[in-house]
Amino acid sequence: MVRDHAGRLAGALVSLLGDFSAAEDLVQDAVEIALKRWPVEGIPERPDAWLFTVAKRRGLDVLRRQQNYRSKLALLQPLEQAPPDDRLRLIFTCCHPALAREAQVALTLRVVCGLTTAQIAAAFLASESAVAQRITRAKRKITDAGIPYRIPRDDELPDRLNDVLTVIYLLFNEGYLSSTAERAHSRDLVDDAEWLTALLHGLLPNEPEVAGLLALIRLHRARTAARFTPAGDLVLLEDQDRTSWDHAAIADATALLTRTARRYHAPGPYQLQAAIAACHSEAPTWPETDWPQILVLYDMLLTLQPTPVAGLHRSIALSYVRGPAAALAELDGMATGLQQYSLFHATRAQLLRDLGRVAEAHDADERAAELTANPAQLGLLNERLAR
Amino acid sequence: MKYVLMFIETEEFATEFAALDEAEKEEAYRRVYQWFDDHADKITNRGSKLQGRETATTVRLDSGQLTTDGPFIEGKEVVSGFTEIDVEDLDEALRMVKTWPACPVIEIRPVAEM
Repeated sequence: MVRDHAGRLAGALVSLLGDFSAAEDLVQDAVEIALKRWPVEGIPERPDAWLFTVAKRRGLDVLRRQQNYRSKLALLQPLEQAPPDDRLRLIFTCCHPALAREAQVALTLRVVCGLTTAQIAAAFLASESAVAQRITRAKRKITDAGIPYRIPRDDELPDRLNDVLTVIYLLFNEGYLSSTAERAHSRDLVDDAEWLTALLHGLLPNEPEVAGLLALIRLHRARTAARFTPAGDLVLLEDQDRTSWDHAAIADATALLTRTARRYHAPGPYQLQAAIAACHSEAPTWPETDWPQILVLYDMLLTLQPTPVAGLHRSIALSYVRGPAAALAELDGMATGLQQYSLFHATRAQLLRDLGRVAEAHDADERAAELTANPAQLGLLNERLAR
Repeated sequence: MKYVLMFIETEEFATEFAALDEAEKEEAYRRVYQWFDDHADKITNRGSKLQGRETATTVRLDSGQLTTDGPFIEGKEVVSGFTEIDVEDLDEALRMVKTWPACPVIEIRPVAEM
């Protein structure tokens, strides 16, 4: 509820006051008050007007000595209708490349999604003071270094949009990988990531990679119900009960992806990853997955983003097309870049087991377990090691 | 907003530059002068190109040691020149430095208003 209005208010206030930091403080105060009072008093009829009024009153209070803001705030009329949506500018400012990635993430959550510092700290298992400091520093830099509150020019847009998508993708990954059954009630970063991408897609409907990321997130979320056992253990894609997937959501996301692919050619990395997720989502069973198609998509992805992690995932697809021996040979060829990566060792273990090399598989699983702190993944690895 | 651009040389750049012949060096300088001309309306102080790091002397008033032979920062990257610009915001400064034809690192620092 707060999320739908906080960013809008922040956007409007930054435009009005011309001071990112001051406007953001007012919104944060209003959000804190709303979170205390709405659960008790009920959600007001016009939440946007309520937040606006509280922020304005707060602003007159706090900025009493600053004549400049005071006069501007005094001119503000009670909110008759929703303010113009300035959130696109807000997003680009929060994700400006002159800010460190961690600061971009924290700022976007706080300013655009209206999360409190405490909520952000809880989501990232960080201390509240560390997050608060990160946000304060970032806001100071926006003001002092002259980071503009503006949508980038056309020639700058592709790079800048890429920064925004990277931030959202990070949020999504953080939420997706750290999610366990127990943490289902804590802040759902995956939900924030989807909300942000949907917002961005609404504001920039003609950007194919935004649509691609939206489809990617929705395809992953459609499998949520099958990802954990009732006891809270992680279930791998190949072992999931496919009847419990949200097939309507899968169809919607796939349709979005198809529409986008038809309109624009040369799909980018997010569309390709979404297409891979769609192949998995449409397969009736794990063995019936269209592995040759997935292999082609990974090859395309690797030409755009030759990362070791994409190579690792490609080798899994390769094992179903050309067998575990070929996949293992490929995987071992990439070993240097992936030694510290748990999934590399877990995948090797799987391939070694397929080849009957049980002792080596056990060693690889042990290495994988050493490299992950994620309880869900650890549970799975320990179970394999105990067999 | 006013910013100072600090041009920073890397060892690699310095070595490559030293290996150029006279005509190539002249061409490299010509491109730098051209850049200054292209952005003349934004440049409020052309600043200076500095001599090499081996010529630097650092004075430390806060410790017993009064002078140090060498630059303040021991590292592979050294400030080799600076210039002051006056532009709309950081994005304009970023656009400007994208076309800088010489050393590979530039630090953009807003000027403090005193």
